[in-house]
Amino acid sequence: MRLLSAFAIGLIFGLGITVSGMINPAKVLNFFDLAGTWDPSLAFVMAGALAIAIPGYRMTFRQPAPLLENRFQLPDTRVIDRRLVLGSATFGVGWGIAGFCPGGALPAIGTGQPEVYIFLAALIGGLFLARILQAGIPARKAV
Amino acid sequence: METAFTPWASLAGGALIGLAAVLLMAIHGRIMGATGILGGLMRFSDLADWTLRAAIVAGMATGPLVYLLATGRMPVIEQPIPLWATIGGGLIVGVGVSYAGGCTSGHGICGNARFSRRSLVATVTFMTTAIATVFVIRHILGA
Repeated sequence: MRLLSAFAIGLIFGLGITVSGMINPAKVLNFFDLAGTWDPSLAFVMAGALAIAIPGYRMTFRQPAPLLENRFQLPDTRVIDRRLVLGSATFGVGWGIAGFCPGGALPAIGTGQPEVYIFLAALIGGLFLARILQAGIPARKAV
Repeated sequence: METAFTPWASLAGGALIGLAAVLLMAIHGRIMGATGILGGLMRFSDLADWTLRAAIVAGMATGPLVYLLATGRMPVIEQPIPLWATIGGGLIVGVGVSYAGGCTSGHGICGNARFSRRSLVATVTFMTTAIATVFVIRHILGA
């Protein structure tokens, strides 16, 4: 039941990424290309997602606990530090180069296109690299 | 390379992404963040947690196949960049999202939907550097 529900939710996300166009790096890169072949579509993806997620989260957090778990797992950090800002800035540079973000690339696995696997392998390499660089610094829970 | 402006498809796809985020929180109490889900798959300490994440990713990867069944065509993935840029971009994304503790889905949608200041700072930062990166690559370097 737990796994079936997780699979179905992943499927809804994957369909959303596919239908929205976020799965296509060319479209993502054009969203960033304000001075060139600008394609504003991705602003609509964000708007559509937040229009559902804001009221949906509000209703969800009125419940004492999630349906199948004891508690909501939320990030407990609130500090805005250099890690957050420099990490986000770095992510943006990579996103601007490759056009894939992690949430776009995971559903793209299903298309079987080799670029997707190459990107994901490099992404996982980057996650490991960061883990090695961060060794010694107390681990922070990922969002 | 031009891409078609798709406001309705993007809005609808975005709504599905938002719905998935709400359901994952309401049922499993988790943030729908691709970085967090992928990062957890790289740790093998908790089998129940690992299988849940694997089920989410399996569902995500099924998204394009359901799209294929429904529409008769695979979603388009075009990456108008050389292979080394895909690899370099992937590595940079991996390091960045690891330090940032999230990416477009975790910070951009889930974090912003619960009005996290960290996520707002992250989103503005990675959008800005992505736009700047594409500007430099396409309009200054002329690639």
